[in-house]
Amino acid sequence: MSLLRYESQVRPAIVDGSKDYHQVTEDICRPVEAKPSKLWWVGFLISVALLLFGIVSVTVEVIYGTGQWNLNKTIGWGWDITNFVWWVGIGHAGTLISAILLLFRQGWRTGVNRAAEAMTIFAVMCAGQFPIWHMGRVWNAFFVMPYPNSRGPLWVNFNSPLLWDVFAISTYFTVSLLFWYSGLLPDLATLRDRAKLKWRKMFYGLAAFGWTGSTKHWQRHEALSLVLAGLSTPLVLSVHTIVSFDFATSIVPGWHTTIFPPYFVAGAVFSGFAMVQTLLLITRKVLGLQDYITIEHIEVMNKVIILTGSIVGIAYLTELFMAWYSHVDYEWFAFLENRVNLNSPYGWSYWIMMGCNVLSPQIFWSKKLRRNLLLTFFMSILVNVGMWFERFVIIVTSVYRDYLPSSWSTYYTPTIWEIGFYIGTFGLFFTCYFLFSKFFPVIAIAEIKHILKKNGGNYKAHMQDEENDDLDQFGNKHLGDQH
Amino acid sequence: MAVKKFVVGNFDDEAVLFPAVKKVRRAGYKIHDVFTPFPIHGLDHAMGLRDTSLHTAGFIYGITGTATAVSFITWALTVDWQINFGGKPFFSLPAWIPITFELTVLFAAVGMVLTFCWLCQLAPFVRKDHFNPRSTDDLFVMAIECTDKTNEQEASAFLTSTGAKDVSVQYRETGWWLGRYDDEKVRYTKKEAVV
Repeated sequence: MSLLRYESQVRPAIVDGSKDYHQVTEDICRPVEAKPSKLWWVGFLISVALLLFGIVSVTVEVIYGTGQWNLNKTIGWGWDITNFVWWVGIGHAGTLISAILLLFRQGWRTGVNRAAEAMTIFAVMCAGQFPIWHMGRVWNAFFVMPYPNSRGPLWVNFNSPLLWDVFAISTYFTVSLLFWYSGLLPDLATLRDRAKLKWRKMFYGLAAFGWTGSTKHWQRHEALSLVLAGLSTPLVLSVHTIVSFDFATSIVPGWHTTIFPPYFVAGAVFSGFAMVQTLLLITRKVLGLQDYITIEHIEVMNKVIILTGSIVGIAYLTELFMAWYSHVDYEWFAFLENRVNLNSPYGWSYWIMMGCNVLSPQIFWSKKLRRNLLLTFFMSILVNVGMWFERFVIIVTSVYRDYLPSSWSTYYTPTIWEIGFYIGTFGLFFTCYFLFSKFFPVIAIAEIKHILKKNGGNYKAHMQDEENDDLDQFGNKHLGDQH
Repeated sequence: MAVKKFVVGNFDDEAVLFPAVKKVRRAGYKIHDVFTPFPIHGLDHAMGLRDTSLHTAGFIYGITGTATAVSFITWALTVDWQINFGGKPFFSLPAWIPITFELTVLFAAVGMVLTFCWLCQLAPFVRKDHFNPRSTDDLFVMAIECTDKTNEQEASAFLTSTGAKDVSVQYRETGWWLGRYDDEKVRYTKKEAVV
């Protein structure tokens, strides 16, 4: 086995400490099996309170109509669609970590993928709320599905990007959920087999679907994970591409650009990783999982943040250049007057976006700062503030002053119910995350065990000896290990 | 259902398990299954299992999705109810690519997961035996199925010699059945196996 397990010393250990398989199980199951801490209850109750505020806000909007929001004829999409795109973007990191990094065989993903996938699912759930409640007459929401109806049947418009969105988001949610849950099965079986209490045996017995760990099942499970990863990789790129089509296929200055799909995808990964950082920095501390979500993980994710942040920065500059180079007056006005000009009504939002997304992540060129946890936590929030403003800039500053000066609308401000709706989705997100972290293992136990002998701290130490061996010694030592 | 007899050996290191699987097979014993806490690459080949064709199933589900999307949209927009969007052709394939792609992925993913659950017989409330609950924790559990020709003492001794930490003889009913994990059932105390 050692031959197969060999990995270069250049790569640092990604499971710290001296662990064996049983220790891994113990460490990760402990938070699930222990009673929730006071801190957990405080966080959970605050989240539920926020969720209730959101429910009240949405109820008001449903009873009195979308007029409860400060949208008008010019700014038809305001906070709600900004929030929609923001949450969908956050929902991209989980699948990126679990699918794309699986295909690239990145061992470090095992420490963070479970929590990131859960985050993806919850973020997509939050995102879905916005277009649904924006419909106003939400009881007619099923009109977006193509079903035989008494109006013809009049089918939905398959040529419309808004309908593509319906398919993209619902497919993304379904596939992410399947991917996440199929990965959870073995770990739920572990919890089931450790369960002492009756309700735990019942609950995890139900949830684990009778998983046994049979070799044939593992073989199929591996095939399933690999194909789902292969499917999710283009899927995750397609989802934010299609979200960007909502804008890019229009002829509104500031939206009508071909750079949108890659630019949106990079931005989505950027904000998603920032949210993963925010959540995992808290999770590892509160649940005591520092050995599994190590500082190496944090550093690697900070590298992804600086990469995607810089891609986003280049996209901003390209967009600006193209607006000038195109010689289209309206396009240039949208960029120069509506955005770059700090004295324009929404100029400040453009510069918050630039500052948070392009300039601030550049500090991560320094290795010391990449490994600074407090700074990383602060940056992760800053990035998500910046990414929220990116969507606000794209949506609001493109439409508030366009072709017809008589319909210009400056100073759109959200009402309390618009803000409440947004806060409510935070409540939904964190309520789900708190429940997840209490009842499910936040780290993929089986996957950690799989990489333990390659990347575990105590096993890593032995590899130095093997590296010093010459080929004959190495061969003699491992002759007959396997195969 | 018939009750079968198994010689069950627990291993605590996959590096010992691999050669053990080979030796046990070479000695002519029939391995019922090996239960492991995590996937061990190559173990399926060592046990002589054939490759899974789940990939092929996924491909078939995927093209079913593609065909469904293309044929349905074509029918809806060119035959059933034609709508003139700015004089563009009714059959506007490029605009249908996003939905076609999404349905391909959706059909493939859902189909594969259902097939996976069907093949492995996984569902809520299904209860199955895996001989040792620690096989989902830190032990690699090999179960050798006894036939009427198998000498269980000999098999146990052989399994120990390959490196198994402890070996026991256990009886199990064949097949799978519905059950609940909160039931504390008395396991089969029957000593005589009916093969």
